[in-house]
Formats: sequence, structure tokens, C-alpha cells
Amino acid sequence: MSAAAVAHAPRGDRATSLGLRALQAGPVLILAVLVVVMALLSPYFLTSRNVANVGFQASFVAVLALGQLLVIITRGIDLSVGSAVGLAGVVAAAWAGTSGAGSLALFLAAGLAVGTVNAVVLVYGRVPNPFIVTLGTLGIARGLALVLADGQTRTGLPPVVSTLGSGKVAGVPIPVLIVAALALTLGVLLGRTQWGRWIYAVGGHPEAARRAGIPANGVLVSVYVLCGLLAGVAAILVAGRTDSASPQAGQLLELDAITAVIIGGASFQGGRGRVVNVLAGALIIGVIRNGLDLLGVSPFWQLIAVGVLVIVSLELDVLRGHLEQRLRTRAASA
Amino acid sequence: MTPLLEVRGAVKSYGAVRALDGAELTVDAGEVVALLGDNGAGKSTLIKAIGGVHALDGGELRVDGQPVVFGSPRTAREAGIETLHQDLGLFDNLSAVANFRIGRELRHPRMLGRLGLLRERAMERDWIAQLERLAVDRVDPRQEVGVLSGGQRQAIAVLRTVAFAQRLVILDEPTAALGLRESAKVLDLVARLPEQGVAVILISHNLEHVAQVADRAVVLRQGRTVGTAAPTSENHEALVSMIVGAVPPPSTRRS
Ligand SMILES: Nc1ncnc2c1ncn2[C@@H]1O[C@H](COP(=O)(O)OP(=O)(O)OP(=O)(O)O)[C@@H](O)[C@H]1O
Ligand SMILES: [Mg+2]
Repeated sequence: MSAAAVAHAPRGDRATSLGLRALQAGPVLILAVLVVVMALLSPYFLTSRNVANVGFQASFVAVLALGQLLVIITRGIDLSVGSAVGLAGVVAAAWAGTSGAGSLALFLAAGLAVGTVNAVVLVYGRVPNPFIVTLGTLGIARGLALVLADGQTRTGLPPVVSTLGSGKVAGVPIPVLIVAALALTLGVLLGRTQWGRWIYAVGGHPEAARRAGIPANGVLVSVYVLCGLLAGVAAILVAGRTDSASPQAGQLLELDAITAVIIGGASFQGGRGRVVNVLAGALIIGVIRNGLDLLGVSPFWQLIAVGVLVIVSLELDVLRGHLEQRLRTRAASA
Repeated sequence: MTPLLEVRGAVKSYGAVRALDGAELTVDAGEVVALLGDNGAGKSTLIKAIGGVHALDGGELRVDGQPVVFGSPRTAREAGIETLHQDLGLFDNLSAVANFRIGRELRHPRMLGRLGLLRERAMERDWIAQLERLAVDRVDPRQEVGVLSGGQRQAIAVLRTVAFAQRLVILDEPTAALGLRESAKVLDLVARLPEQGVAVILISHNLEHVAQVADRAVVLRQGRTVGTAAPTSENHEALVSMIVGAVPPPSTRRS
């Protein structure tokens, strides 16, 4: 919503418009409040060491959530990204003897492969249900990882992997820098390019997108492929953090990623979602987990806290719809 | 003279429902043709075929006398045909200007194709110019269409269809959600399209509107073309009886 629109609106509308804008900033505000509360409750929370820790932990989720965001904007979902993380690590570890660049390429290629399979089955295999398709590949990719690794965790990845996953530059964790670069790129792609606009269009009204001459299939393919590729990136960070590749790596990360996107205010109805808010969503999860840990609260309560936040986010989305409806009726009677 | 568009013997079924059963239609260049018919007569089904949304089961489309097959809306657009569908096809999650430009966004040249940056400013300037052309009041270009009123939404949809048409504009009930003043503006715009060499197919249930702008009215009933007439006030009753089916032998009154 632009400032100009608010200025044009008559009095009652102005409050509604402001409400809508506040909702858009919601995830960032929630994050800010959480940070302040945690800082007040625990003196250790804002130490540079702990902040870096949160950064490391949130980075996996953030990378996966960025991919998930693209998919969710198109009314889809990708349940396979956690398994793709596991598979990519195993694939890279199977050829651990290659060069650093070769190893990174293996991670990315494995992620890309999972994404491509999702896209092809969904679009060209005409199974128009991303939940089912990616539920299938969730199992397949995890199973493949276990088979390939024979259930064993492997070490001996090239050093560049652990540098990327656990190194720091000027005190800032490298994964955080990677997330920042990816988020910036994706923000520009989504918000400023024709391709990004088409992603929102396909999610907002798929049939109208087709009628407008938008290659909806191509857009969907690009989105799932990119989501897979980002799972490959996340796999590098996960493997680099532990300097090992476990076929179990990334389990349930898909749910964290989806949670981050939903907390970040994207709509399952499609067509809505912003990069900044998704980053906030990933950080909110990270801060809740870390903060409650510091306070000695049991992990059981962390589950409950994150769950409550998901429900609250969905209710905020309902509220958004309600406010929009109100503006619409006002516009009609004006 | 070869007509701009000919539809011959159009047949289309949805499952057991035969929506089109040999419908015929011709439109000359620069002509405004009203397509009339009761609810369910097959009007929208016919114009969806012309706009490339779906293929006919039987029959033929010709443009400039040449048989054409529009495999997609995009191919119809490339032939200079723009359609406003009955359900508008707006994106509630996008701004007014994004809706207006959807599928034909302006990009900075020399860069990256579809990954090139959008020229938002230029698109907004163009939007404001178009609003003036339709004499539509102030619709903030950045306002999300989802929060606009029915009339504003319809205005955007009409504008989008009319602004880019090269040869034929198809409007499926473009005034349905509009008040008197807005309807008059849309009709005005329709009436001026022939000056730019653009023909119009106008679907409407409002015979007064039709009389104001159309050169000719074609009536569909149960998927067939049952007649054609000038939409003058003398012909008003004749048209009404064709629409509701009071005139029996349709086969003798084909257009
Ligand atoms: N997608 C569809 N699936 C099944 N039947 C359909 C579909 N679309 C239209 N029909 C049927 O085809 C017939 C023609 O419908 P169509 O929408 O073309 O009528 P219309 O003349 O545009 O009517 P209206 O004035 O109400 O818009 C109707 O019987 C309708 O129920
Ligand atoms: Mg109709």
C-alpha cells in the first residue's frame, strides 16, 4: 500500500489502510518485540557470541524459507526440501575427494535435481497437487540418501564446506552473509523483475495469468527448481556446520521453513509474501528457540510457542482479508 | 470485402452440455457488433473460443479469410484480439498498474530478458495517461486492486483490454458492475474504437447500451445464431423475441 493511497483516502479508510500497513510490518515488529523481551530476560542474549549462534541456527531455515516463499506464493508447497538437504550432503560426501568447487557443485546439483523432479512431475506429469508430489519426493530423496550412505554419517568433505558453514568474516557468520546475499537477490527478482511479477500473478489468479499470456508452467517450473537449488545451498551450510554429511540431515527442516514463511505473513491462498518478512519469520523461530534455551525453558514449550505463533499469523492473515473487505465496501460507497 | 473475423459452425460441449451448436458470427473491420442472448445462450463460450481460451470441438475460425487456430490466449493476442472476460480476470494481489500491464510489462532494455528490471515509473506515467483517455477518476497506480470497488475494478479491466487491442476488442458485459456515469464512459470508449480501426464484439443484456454503440446485433440462443438485426429502437421488440425464443424458425434467419 502506497503513501499516496493513504493520503487520498477519506478519514475512516485511513485507519483501515494504516492497519493494513501495520499488518505488513507485523513479522518485523514481532521480531523486534521478541528481541527486546529476550534481552531484558537474559543478559547473555545480546552477547556477540550468542547473536552469532542465533545467526548460524536461523541461516538453514532462512535459506530454505526463501525457496519455500517462492513456492508458496504460487499456491504451492515443497515438503521435500529437508530430504533434499540430506541427499545433497550424502551425494557430496560420496565424492568427497573432488575439489572444493566440485564438491559445492555436487551439493547444488543434488538440490537442483530434487527440485527439477518436483517441477516436472507437477507440471508435465500433470499431478496438480504439490503437497502429494513433494510428499513423494520427501520419501524418495530421504530413502536415496540412506541407501547411498548406507545409513552412515560421513566426514572428509573439502575444507571450503566447513568454512562456508561455520566460518566468520569480521565476526559475522558466513552463513548469515550468504543468507543476506540470497535475500537481496531474491528480493530484487521478486519485487522488481517481470519474472517476479509473474510469480505473484500465477499465485494470485492462475487462470487469469494464463489468459494474460503468462507462461504459467514455465513460472511454476522455475520456482520449484529454484527451491531445490536453495535446498542445495542449505545443505552446504548444514554439512559445513558439523563438517560431516548425515543421511538424516535436514529432517523436519521443511516444516521450519514452511513455518517461517507463514509467520512471515505469506498466504497459503497464494499471491502474497515478502522476502523481508520471511527472514523475520526465520529469525523469530531462531530467537524463540535460543531465548527459551537460555532461560532454561524446556524444548517442549518451544514447540508450543512456535505453534501458537503460527496460529496467530494465520489469524493476522484473516484480519488482513477483513480489513481489505472493509476498504472495498468503502470504495464502493464512496 | 473479407470480414475481419468469421466464425462458422462453432460447436463446443462441456460434458453433456452443448454450449455451442453451430453458432455463426462475422465481424467486419472497424465494426461494432453486439452479441445478444439469454443467460446460458453460449455467448461467453463463443468469445472464449475467439480469444483462444479454449478450442472449439467443431467449426472454424477465420481471420482475414484465413482459417486460424488459437491454441492459447497468447496467440489470439498476437493476432490483435483482446478479450475482457465476464469474470474480469484481475489480480487482487497486484497493483492497478501491474494489472493493467500484466504480461506486457516494460523492462529496461539490454538486460537479462525477463530478469531485467521493470520500468515502474514509465508504466505509471502510461497508466495515468490511459486513465485520462477513459476519463476515469483517480485510481492510485500502486493501489492493490483487491481493495477497489466493483466499478473501479471493472474500469481497470476494460482499460486493460481496450488499450492494447490492435484489431478486435471483445467485451463480455463490460458495464455489468458500473453506474450510469461509468457505463456512459465505457460506451463512449467503445464507440470511439472504430476510429482507430479496431472492431468490437460487445456482449450486453442492456439493449439501450447496445443501441447506442452497435452497428449490428447478433442473437444467440441455445448455442445457435438465431438472427441478426440493426439494434435500432424499431427492432427492439424483434430482438427481444429472438433472444427469448418467441420467433420460431431459427434456421431461416441465420446471419
Ligand atoms: N466451464 C463450464 N463447465 C460446464 N458447463 C459450462 C461451463 N461454462 C459454461 N457452461 C454451460 O454452457 C452454457 C453456455 O454458457 P455461457 O457461459 O456461454 O452462456 P452466456 O451466454 O455467456 O450466459 P450469461 O449471459 O449468463 O453470461 C450454459 O448452459 C452453461 O451452463
Ligand atoms: Mg456469459
